[in-house]
Amino acid sequence: MDQSHKMVSEHLDFYYGSFQALHDITLDFPANQVTALIGPSGCGKSTLLRCLNRMNDLIPTSRVEGKVLLDSQNIYEPTVDVVSLRRRVGMVFQKPNPFPKTVFENVAYGLRVNGMRNKARIEEQVETSLRQGALWDEVKDRLHQSALGLSGGQQQRLCIARAMAVEPEVLLMDEPASALDPIATQKIEELIHQLKETYTIIIVTHNMQQAARVSDITAFFYLGKLIEVDQTETLFTRPTLKQTSDYITGRFG
Amino acid sequence: MEKTERIKTTRTLFQGIMFSLFRIAAVINGAALVIVVYFLVAKGWRAINWTFLSQPPMESMTKGGILPCIVGTLCLSLGAILVALPIGVASAIYLHEYARPGRALRIIRLGINNLAGVPSVVFGLFGLAFFVVWLKMGVSILAGSLTLGAMTLPVIIGASEEALRAVPDTYREASLGLGATKWQTIYRVVLPAALPGVLTGAILGISRAAGETAPIMFTAAVFYTPSLPTSIFDEIMALPYHVYVLATAGTEIEATRHLQYGTALVLIILVLGLNLVAIYYRSRLRKKY
Repeated sequence: MDQSHKMVSEHLDFYYGSFQALHDITLDFPANQVTALIGPSGCGKSTLLRCLNRMNDLIPTSRVEGKVLLDSQNIYEPTVDVVSLRRRVGMVFQKPNPFPKTVFENVAYGLRVNGMRNKARIEEQVETSLRQGALWDEVKDRLHQSALGLSGGQQQRLCIARAMAVEPEVLLMDEPASALDPIATQKIEELIHQLKETYTIIIVTHNMQQAARVSDITAFFYLGKLIEVDQTETLFTRPTLKQTSDYITGRFG
Repeated sequence: MEKTERIKTTRTLFQGIMFSLFRIAAVINGAALVIVVYFLVAKGWRAINWTFLSQPPMESMTKGGILPCIVGTLCLSLGAILVALPIGVASAIYLHEYARPGRALRIIRLGINNLAGVPSVVFGLFGLAFFVVWLKMGVSILAGSLTLGAMTLPVIIGASEEALRAVPDTYREASLGLGATKWQTIYRVVLPAALPGVLTGAILGISRAAGETAPIMFTAAVFYTPSLPTSIFDEIMALPYHVYVLATAGTEIEATRHLQYGTALVLIILVLGLNLVAIYYRSRLRKKY
């Protein structure tokens, strides 16, 4: 197994009840790179993302066949501790969802539930995460006010900072900027550029320009199947399959 | 041109009539409360004075006060909530966060809904048979609180489940995504967010418990007891039962009429006071978020 691949899906099938949402997905996610998953609505990209941190386990009728490897270990083995998996593979959701707590407590949440008690260390880690999330300057004077008072863009950066506080290895982002205005989107994209030095990032996006701007590798999905995957620049300028170029040029989807 | 204007006027008129009916319904609602309170105040205010509130009944309850009743009702209300709130909230958490859909769940829900429909006097008889006699608690605060707690349980469970349902799933997902366990998620995020709703249920529960007569008649309340309670195994007097006693079995029913209304007035004020305390705490919680 090639060690430069942080996560790998191997012949992954996913079912919602009797409906098969993912067909035989085999895809590598290289370490410290940004992989973008693109495709029209309902093509399974968010489903695949949620398979990578076993969030789909929350759906009672879900069923997985195949493997997903994190550092060459199958995360779907029955012996795997899902709770610590989710610490290693963090997630940022489409709509910002800060807890109804203070800004500080939001970022500290992950630290506290994973057992950190030392007050000074928590404060230090919160500041580091907020700086990493390019949010520190904007919130340093209102750390102990409700997070719900922040703007949408700030809330999303808070969610990113919150996810980073537990120092995951992989960051999954499900259309992180789709609910935000263009300027906030730009800030998030700049953030992703910086973050990839430390993390492996997998991002689902509807916005192809965003995929082109932000990612190193792009995978195109359609109706639950992986159609084509390549270096981003190649995929967008010289796609191999007609289906891919049709989607990219906007002929469908 | 004329026809559309007529239709428009008819529709506006019809809407006006409907809104007036709604307003009348709301007014009737408020008026009912005002009338009840007015009656109580008009007929009972003469009885309210410091002696009334701080002294036990004297001379076959034709004079004196209702202090033991106030204490008894407070003990029972507190006891009922201490029993019903933890069990009710825990049940709601189980039902909403852990239970898998299936036959077992349906049977549990059926049980809770039916519990809500049991008449209060039946609860009283159950309390008598089970707590007073079989568990040998005797007529006591303990037996009465347990009986009232059982009665209040469906209200608490209903309101708590509603409150849990209102907490967005996105919070749970965010918490689990950070590597928290399910219990940590419930304890640190879901429950705090649901607390205002849970408190609402507690308010409703306490109000019901304070005013009930039938469940406590056989299990905790007695006609007369000379001293204030010192342990949970003591029997007590209670406000709603005292009203009943004075109005039916007392020695001078007509002469003590103002005492009856006074007692009822005190009960209403007590319930209102408990409500206000809980509402205050609830609004403080809401402001926090």
